[in-house]
Amino acid sequence: MRQLTRIITTFLIAALFTVAVSAPAFAAEKKRFKLAWSIYVGWMPWGWASDQGIVKKWADKYNIEIEVVQFNDYIESINQYTVGAFDAVTATNMDTLAIPSAGGVDTTALIVGDFSNGNDAIILKNKTSLADIKGQPVNLVELSVSHYLLVRGLETIGLNERDVQVINTSDADMVAAYSTSDVTALVTWNPLVAEILAIPGANKVFDSSDIPGEIIDLTVVNSKTLTDNPAFGKALAGAWYETMQIMSSDSAAGKAARAAMGEASGTDLQGYENQLDATKMFFAAKDGVALATSSELPKTMDMVRGFLFEHGLLGDGAATADVVGIAFPDGQILGDKANVKFRFDTKYMQLAAEQKL
Amino acid sequence: MRRIINRKPDRHLSLFLALLPFMLLLVAYVVSSEIRLAENPGDKLLPGLEKFSAAIDRLAFQADKRTGNYLLWSDTLASLRRLAGGVLASTVIGALCGVSIGLIPLVRAGLSPLVAVVSMTPPLAILPILFIVFGLGELSKVVLIIIGIAPFLIRDVALRVQELPSEQLIKAQTLGANSWQLALRVVLPQIWPRLIDSVRLSLGPAWLFLIAAEAVASQSGLGYRIFLLRRYLAMDSILPYVAWITLMAYLFDYALRRMQIKLFPWFANERGH
Repeated sequence: MRQLTRIITTFLIAALFTVAVSAPAFAAEKKRFKLAWSIYVGWMPWGWASDQGIVKKWADKYNIEIEVVQFNDYIESINQYTVGAFDAVTATNMDTLAIPSAGGVDTTALIVGDFSNGNDAIILKNKTSLADIKGQPVNLVELSVSHYLLVRGLETIGLNERDVQVINTSDADMVAAYSTSDVTALVTWNPLVAEILAIPGANKVFDSSDIPGEIIDLTVVNSKTLTDNPAFGKALAGAWYETMQIMSSDSAAGKAARAAMGEASGTDLQGYENQLDATKMFFAAKDGVALATSSELPKTMDMVRGFLFEHGLLGDGAATADVVGIAFPDGQILGDKANVKFRFDTKYMQLAAEQKL
Repeated sequence: MRRIINRKPDRHLSLFLALLPFMLLLVAYVVSSEIRLAENPGDKLLPGLEKFSAAIDRLAFQADKRTGNYLLWSDTLASLRRLAGGVLASTVIGALCGVSIGLIPLVRAGLSPLVAVVSMTPPLAILPILFIVFGLGELSKVVLIIIGIAPFLIRDVALRVQELPSEQLIKAQTLGANSWQLALRVVLPQIWPRLIDSVRLSLGPAWLFLIAAEAVASQSGLGYRIFLLRRYLAMDSILPYVAWITLMAYLFDYALRRMQIKLFPWFANERGH
């Protein structure tokens, strides 16, 4: 019997240990912060700013530490942020609403970095008009911005998702998938778009420049962490806009920065500049503020949440798309006012625009 | 003092010891979940148990809003078709090639090295080649399972055939049996129960390959759903799917074992069951 007691005790200790490890740390004023980012044209500046010591410079200025971690898997980075392992992450407006915000993590869009202006595209094989997509199987990463782009594209020609067959396909296998005869239509993002369009017979029939300002790339921060630690927000905004200034310049330093970012994303200066052409970067903080305060943004978010709701991504308890509240800089709230989990805040971008950081 | 290796648990203690780890896992889960939910009631990583029942109800007993399918059942059906296709084809290939390789030295000399090499090739590494050759449809998923488990079955059957006492083959030959009769009357009857053993062992890898194939490109299936939901950290749906897969895999294993005992009682006796 003693043996048994001992076994039980060991198990209990192990169980308690598991619990202790998995309990999240309580947020309050702190000194060390973590930002997760993944490879995408509009987020490459974070990697470069970190390599160049720009992030450290700004963190030192506000007397904090910021660790910048690159993820190979975009969704995993958002998931890690959502479970509390990171204080900030790079994400699109749609994924922010669907993952952290719908998951109850109050999240603030600190920096509106850019919107996709051609980086996401619908591609048909040997067909040249979007209307030809009707009845075809369409390969894409389901529930991603590609899926949203497809639905928006179909709307423009009076079709809906039922008129095509969506086949979930991993982005890692998209180019290989295109070369098989089963695949006749797909939706994906750059640099895959560029790679597939280089194959003869591939035609771009619709892209995100047809729905400008709807697929927005953000750097988002946990709202509670940001409220408790404004220094974190200031340091991030400071580092970001200093980087923007360098990379947007025509100088040798600007060119070197773009070349380094291109290389880090697996292409070169030319390839990266081509991707930048399909991206509306907000190099100046005031442009980011302008998008965040525009009257178009609530309309965009309304369409995005409608898409997410229809696909069941706002949670099972969601009776309507109103379940998650989205707050805009002018105080307007879309959805449940008592459950605001996604906030567009221009405070830090404004400080950067006014050079007050 | 009695040595611990001589202390045998009685029925009650056995049952208790068997259930204990499961209970502890459950307790650890519930406590961790409570802690996280106290922090954030919308936490998706470790949802409360009531979330699971809601998710199961939604997935298994309510028609999906968009497609009108009962997701759990349509996914299960799609996956089981692929799994059954892959495992059955592999079993047939395993029996045919395994017996030929084990029994006929000429075939062994020709095929054995090839099978050994193929069985060492990681199937997931040649995934892109499979897609280009077999397309993105159902065929490539079944083929992935076959490439994953057939070489193992072939090698195992071949070894089992070679293990048969050579006296048996000699005796049958002295009684006038030809090679065909040897294969049919001496080797195969003794191989069937052993084949069931190897199929049981390869069911785990078969599920692995099935789910990997469904993660790459598909419209339905258990693996497809899990990878899709993973995008949104919907653990309340993922964990019941995982439990369902585990339960089915366990039941298949159990069914195969019962079948073995039922169909080949002599084999079970030999083994001491």
